[in-house]
Amino acid sequence: MSEGLVTQVKPATVPGGLLTASRVFWIGLFAVTWVLSTWSFALYKALDARWIIRFPKAYELPLEGWISDAINWLVDDLSFGLFTFRDVTRFISALIEAPYDFVRDLLIDGLMLGQGQQAVEILAPLSWIAIIAIMVGLALYARDRTLALLVGGCFSYLAVFGQWESAMITLSSVLIAVPLGVAGGLALGIAAYRSHKFESMLRPVLDLMQTVPVFAYLVPILVLFGFGPVAALIATVIYAMPPMVRISTVALQTVPEEVIEAGHMVGCRPRQLMWKVLIPSAMPMLMVGVNQVIMLTLNMVIIASMIGAGGLGYDVLAALRRLDIGGGIEAGLAIVVMAIALDRLSQAFSVSQVRAHPDPKLLFYRRYPRFSTVAAIVVATTLAGMFVPAIQEYPEKFTITTGTFWNSAMEWINVNFFDAIEAVKTLLFNVLLLPVKRFFAGIPWAWGIVAVALAAGRVGGWRLGTMAGVMTAFIAASGLWREAMTTIYLCSVSVLIASLLGIPLGIWAGQSARANSVIGVLIDTLQTLPSFVYLIPVVMLFRVGDFSAIVAVVLYALAPAVRFAAHGIRSIDGELIEAGKVSGCTERQILWRIKLPLAAPSLLLGLNQTIMLAISMLVITALVGTRDLGQEVYIALTKANTGQGIVAGLAVAFIAIISDRVVTALARSSQEKLGLK
Amino acid sequence: MARKLLAAAAALSTLTLHTAFAEPESTDPIKLTTHDWTGQLITTTIMGEVLKKAGYNVEYVQADYIAQFAGLKTGDLDVAMEIWETTGREAMDEATASGKVVNLGETGMNAIEEWWYPSYMEEVCPGLPDWKALNDCAEEFATPETAPLGRYLGGPVTWGGFDDERVEALGMDFEVVHAGTDAALFAELESAYQRKAPIVLWLYEPHWAPAKYEGKFIEFPPYSPECYNDPSVGINSDAAYDCGKPTGPIWKVAWEGVEGKWPGAAKAIKAFTIGNQDMGAMVAKVDLDGKSVDETVAEWMDANKDTWSSWIQ
Repeated sequence: MSEGLVTQVKPATVPGGLLTASRVFWIGLFAVTWVLSTWSFALYKALDARWIIRFPKAYELPLEGWISDAINWLVDDLSFGLFTFRDVTRFISALIEAPYDFVRDLLIDGLMLGQGQQAVEILAPLSWIAIIAIMVGLALYARDRTLALLVGGCFSYLAVFGQWESAMITLSSVLIAVPLGVAGGLALGIAAYRSHKFESMLRPVLDLMQTVPVFAYLVPILVLFGFGPVAALIATVIYAMPPMVRISTVALQTVPEEVIEAGHMVGCRPRQLMWKVLIPSAMPMLMVGVNQVIMLTLNMVIIASMIGAGGLGYDVLAALRRLDIGGGIEAGLAIVVMAIALDRLSQAFSVSQVRAHPDPKLLFYRRYPRFSTVAAIVVATTLAGMFVPAIQEYPEKFTITTGTFWNSAMEWINVNFFDAIEAVKTLLFNVLLLPVKRFFAGIPWAWGIVAVALAAGRVGGWRLGTMAGVMTAFIAASGLWREAMTTIYLCSVSVLIASLLGIPLGIWAGQSARANSVIGVLIDTLQTLPSFVYLIPVVMLFRVGDFSAIVAVVLYALAPAVRFAAHGIRSIDGELIEAGKVSGCTERQILWRIKLPLAAPSLLLGLNQTIMLAISMLVITALVGTRDLGQEVYIALTKANTGQGIVAGLAVAFIAIISDRVVTALARSSQEKLGLK
Repeated sequence: MARKLLAAAAALSTLTLHTAFAEPESTDPIKLTTHDWTGQLITTTIMGEVLKKAGYNVEYVQADYIAQFAGLKTGDLDVAMEIWETTGREAMDEATASGKVVNLGETGMNAIEEWWYPSYMEEVCPGLPDWKALNDCAEEFATPETAPLGRYLGGPVTWGGFDDERVEALGMDFEVVHAGTDAALFAELESAYQRKAPIVLWLYEPHWAPAKYEGKFIEFPPYSPECYNDPSVGINSDAAYDCGKPTGPIWKVAWEGVEGKWPGAAKAIKAFTIGNQDMGAMVAKVDLDGKSVDETVAEWMDANKDTWSSWIQ
């Protein structure tokens, strides 16, 4: 993949003569790879050397077996004398389950005493009115009426469209997963801040946590933590925590020296310095991490529901099983509005406000009018709810559904436009997908390892080259070469299309505030709307296969391409553009000669994020039916073959890590060339 | 005040329940697994509701069809109501061999799974439903992705089914494309059927699809266990799986501890039977008419009180 990336970006960033050493290198590398890819099969036939296209079975690393055995030992046999490892994890599971059950009781189930049918409700759950009141109160406290209106509107949507119960189940998971992720992330972040050694040990672990697909380690988690919502919560936390760790470390590292000095001067001990000085000063940035944890937690809602978390994710899945497109869209939009409400709320909290201390002589409700009002609403509606069901639960007959509209719209599109879509699809397939697929599928594994190492080494030095080579060799030696090449083909085509669509949109959004507001909403929706919602319509129009997967991946991975491009354009020094205008550049020249080159580092970071999202999405598109590493992980999951899952998961992670390092190195060198650093 | 009222009401309801049936042996919830197809949800919900009538506590736990065996072995999960002979046999045998999972007998339903085509395909491919005729017009089923091979849409890889092996063994000019999920499979059939487009795909019964769409199963050389196990048997003397798919019962399995902990429930689960037709009708109600699973099951329970009450006697 690195060749694909590099040839794509290099011409834009390297000015100069026609035959620089760098161009000779890249063109040469590509040419050799292309020749070998095209004739590898003929070569194998001519020399009767099958090892050229297939890694010899006899030399494959028996990693799958080793990992499975190790995990089995961990899960079944590891014992600390009095108790086993599984007892420990089950204990942790119980610790998490207790607050989860409590929150769930509070929000939706009601507090029960006893079990099953013998249970007696001793406390009704909060009414829907009370929960909306609490959210609105929080919004007023954190910012202003506009935010309160937005948050209130979002939660009212949940009630009016009949999503309340599921939404509250999902909210319970969020309310447990987010504090766990934040606390764990902060703790690890502090440890990494204090010890460089720990930081360098932690970094690869975080990389793996973010890039190994969740499906890969689901089975051990299910066995260790039990089937049900807790296992789903743990998987969610593993996925959502890494950004918090990274942001915490950076936030603490960027606290100004003077502030720390001041802390030392007033005689803080290390613990006081941390909690009274460092963390408060880093608070705004830490809140960005909290926000990331919330968004990633909501991204996991669907996968979590596959292993028993229930809630909105389950509704989306259930709607798909019935081919109920409208039902899926409504439940999916419920996830979107919840994400938007929680996102805006947490962002409002991240902007620190100076609050006047209320006059202690005033009566309580005068001192805290908002708190008192909300508390009064909660108590009043909970009491009234016992007698008036409509106050306790939003009445079903007032719910709205748009389900039938979506279903018939879909049928109309299918019958009338399928042939046109098919024609476009076939064209794209023949001119783009097939050649790229053939190119990657044909690369002999031995040359693939060399080429990746050479390319990575050229961009980021010999250490990166060696690492990339070793990781690629691991993939080949695990017998996953073909699947990995399919993954890279799907990923590179998707990233190419996402960049072609996203970068112009981003440039447009960066130059016009009006375009930005429209595009912003579109991007937010695409990123939080669970892809499952549009998988079925996509399959109906594009059939099971690579194309459907690519469409879904592009929709999901578009966001960072747009965001980073807009950011890059916006953050260009206005004086440089002025200078361009003065020297008589046209608008077009300003864009191509000034804005784009200066935005290049930002575009590359966007490219990096697009690749990361594409890779994480590919695992989900295995559910449409691609034959890539994602499918391999999924097969392993359903066979409960932990070793196979983890090996395939590592292969996915290695591809992500190599591309991340290469693109980051490219961004750094382009920044240096522009003198930005 | 309200609490007392509620408590009284609850006490009353338990009282009436207990007059009808014996006290459950344990109040721990019996965990029944649910998967991602409607028939299984209906079977499981019927069983769960019947167990509730007998006074047991029941919990539905969503779990993957194959991955659930890990939970059934440890007792994290208690009962799985639908293990299909056709797709789950290997995993089930592996689990029962460990001694930690027991087979509680047949559900009474008979699984049929095979390649299936809509009737309008007989015009372009006259020899159908014979598999050789299908193979002769493989090109009719080709798409740009698979050309010149025909495209066969198989079930999710988790369902097993040996279609890749079958295509290889019978030398068929088809490429097996695995749908990722049940939903993707039927989305594509719906789309093709709306447009009368060529399609051959994996379908199964009991399901609503054979009722909604007109079509037939492909006739392969008949299945025999030897054909699957012994390469020398069948048309291709070098390969196994050179025949059609087996039909077979759908089994109920449970964690081995269930019989000791809830003997009455185990008896009820063993007694559970339902026919293909009843099930097909209920699946159609849910997936075609948009009724909820709970509603459909409640209707069945009302109409078949004698049947299910005999299970918990």
